[in-house]
Amino acid sequence: MSLDDQKDQQDQGFSRRNFIKTATAAAVGTTVATHFSLPGAYAAGSDEIRVGVIGCGGRGTGAIRNVLESSKGVKIVAMGDAFKDRIEESRTRAKQKFADAVAVTDDKMFVGLDAYKQVIAVPEVNYIILATPPGFRPLHLKAAIEAGKHVFTEKPIAVDPAGVREVLALVETAKAKKLNIGTGTQRHHQAGYIETIKRIQDGAIGDIVASRCYWNQGALWNRERKQEWSDLEYQMRNWLYYTWLSGDHIVEQHIHNIDVINWVTGSHPVKATGMGGRQVRTGAEFGHIFDHFAIDFEYESGMHLMSMCRQIDGCANSVSEAVVGTKGSAQLDKYTIAGASAWARAKNDKDVDPYVQEHTDLIASIRKGEPFNELKATAESTLTAIMGRTSAYTGKAVTWDELLNSTEPTIVPADLKWGPMPTPPVAMPGQQTSL
Amino acid sequence: MIAGAPTPPGTPGAAPPQAAAATAAPAGFESYTETIPDTKVTFDMVPVKGGSFTMGSPANEAGRAEDEGPEVKATVGNFWIGAREVTWEEYDLYAFARRRRPAAGEAPSPADAVSKPTPPYADESWGFGKGKQPALGMTWHAASEYTRWLSAKTGKAYRLATEAEWEYAARAGGKTPWSAGASDAALADVAWYAKNAAGVPHPVGTKKPNAWGIYDLHGNVAEWVLDQYDAKRYASLSGQKSLINPVLLPGEARYPHVVRGGSFDDDAAALRSAARRASKPEWSRRDPQQPQSIWWHTDAIFVGFRLVRAAEEPEALKGFKSKITRESPDM
Repeated sequence: MSLDDQKDQQDQGFSRRNFIKTATAAAVGTTVATHFSLPGAYAAGSDEIRVGVIGCGGRGTGAIRNVLESSKGVKIVAMGDAFKDRIEESRTRAKQKFADAVAVTDDKMFVGLDAYKQVIAVPEVNYIILATPPGFRPLHLKAAIEAGKHVFTEKPIAVDPAGVREVLALVETAKAKKLNIGTGTQRHHQAGYIETIKRIQDGAIGDIVASRCYWNQGALWNRERKQEWSDLEYQMRNWLYYTWLSGDHIVEQHIHNIDVINWVTGSHPVKATGMGGRQVRTGAEFGHIFDHFAIDFEYESGMHLMSMCRQIDGCANSVSEAVVGTKGSAQLDKYTIAGASAWARAKNDKDVDPYVQEHTDLIASIRKGEPFNELKATAESTLTAIMGRTSAYTGKAVTWDELLNSTEPTIVPADLKWGPMPTPPVAMPGQQTSL
Repeated sequence: MIAGAPTPPGTPGAAPPQAAAATAAPAGFESYTETIPDTKVTFDMVPVKGGSFTMGSPANEAGRAEDEGPEVKATVGNFWIGAREVTWEEYDLYAFARRRRPAAGEAPSPADAVSKPTPPYADESWGFGKGKQPALGMTWHAASEYTRWLSAKTGKAYRLATEAEWEYAARAGGKTPWSAGASDAALADVAWYAKNAAGVPHPVGTKKPNAWGIYDLHGNVAEWVLDQYDAKRYASLSGQKSLINPVLLPGEARYPHVVRGGSFDDDAAALRSAARRASKPEWSRRDPQQPQSIWWHTDAIFVGFRLVRAAEEPEALKGFKSKITRESPDM
């Protein structure tokens, strides 16, 4: 986008806001918003948040509940999804619980691969929720930020280095436009994690010398194919099992744990050496992703992170993060510290749902007019997970720099159309040259 | 012979072969060990001779809550109860074992026809380990469906205990706040709770059993019972002349159901025989999906369950099954 275009859009944005201010006062009357100064303003005020949801599956519908519980003065005004049945189910469910706040009229329900454009184009929408499969994230983020909307995006924010680069370029764009971005890394809004990590960063265990993190669990859901579904539809409805859509489970799920280690160390790894495979979940209905990974990540400080993730039933499970320091150690998911400054967080019944809190924090920042942007940290954690996956897929050691600077095009197909779409081959370590 | 031959759940009125087999079995009202068919996994059931008892707590009991009163006199029939809480070893067979797909034209077996939990989104054992550890974190619906699955597997009508049966078994003939006595001094001998459990559940049956040979009724995991929770339940019962096998059958709402016995995470007062706890939507606080899972809680790592099998199933409970679906409202 050229500078002129940007300026154009900002100007449009400005006049649009004025328009809505008038329209709102006339039409809504009783709601909180009496003026409208939200997007791109960092201006304080009790402005109404008008949400457009892109991706209305289980998580998107959950996010609707979360955002509505998070703050007063929030309405859902537009919804988009690739599939009609999903979006209708989502609206019905959301309305059962929040009849008034889910004010999505039929003409603001958009279906299809371009639904995101239509949701973003709804003038009164000032807060976009992105909850589609992650493969679409860079495209949707770019469109939302360029249109001047605040964004709550689910993690991960991309599935490959090209996508991460695209998103990293948006970090400054969002700041320049004074748009706030939350990224679905809800542990950052979970009181126990925040307290524990603060203690570690304040020196409770000395310097961190080793770490480990796991997301080892059983298998996940799988949808049976319906005859009328095209290949593309089948893949999108079973998006977990296709790397271009999910990033594989190390990126889609294990990113949460990797992100915690990046958070506590305030850095990201520079190299990954890993392995993985597809041992149990081998059927065609599971696409082409792996069912287990084990990665050795190396940080610039020399600290290593042992990372494992597995989705196989009947095995030892653990979803956890731990760090070892020169003066003690910490089990982050349990909020406990051992060693010289031993500590365990007391049970606190007042703890709020972190999935709600992340919206509370984002909306509060928007209303206070304070900058809030989690995009860079989550882009780095996404790339960390991609680095692990790439190492396991190729069997090679992979560095941060070569991934970040790679010129390989995205694995997300351009110009998607409903129709045939072959399942990519399963990665064969040692035989694959591309990243 | 066992009176009231179990009707396999889900097929009210029908009398499939399993029921006939159970009826034909010689019927000592004694302890037995059940082996879950096609596996080596076993569990023990102990007989509890029915009778009358005072349910609830006196107004002066320390740590008492309002919903435990007024005390009512209730009568329960003979039943067997699980000597121990249901373990992961048992529960995994239901929740995770792959099921054989019936061949074309072949009807699924009664056990395979029982709905099965959807996959959890994380580690369902929460780092506490599996095997002989008590199964935990499942919803009331899931615990209830487990008993239906097990019934279809074994041909015996297993179910959750009614609130009255549970308290009767926990008291084991005594009247003190805990079966181990009037003060919490002896509690650590029979129970894993906040004071001695180090914040984690322990393998089942590793403390002393109560007078009737039942382990861990107090503490370890809190236990789902069959009843819906109603804070004023005892007040509504207190006017009635005779209370035989009282139970408040749940409807289609996800909450609240009754949990009994307190857990590894609770203080002594919550472990009292009379103490009642109600499930609530906060137990799935961190489930980010909508609709939330009807199988797994994200914030109730303290709850599990144990089995009961009536010697003569009360009419009201014959063929009972959970009415909860994905469409069920919270309350």
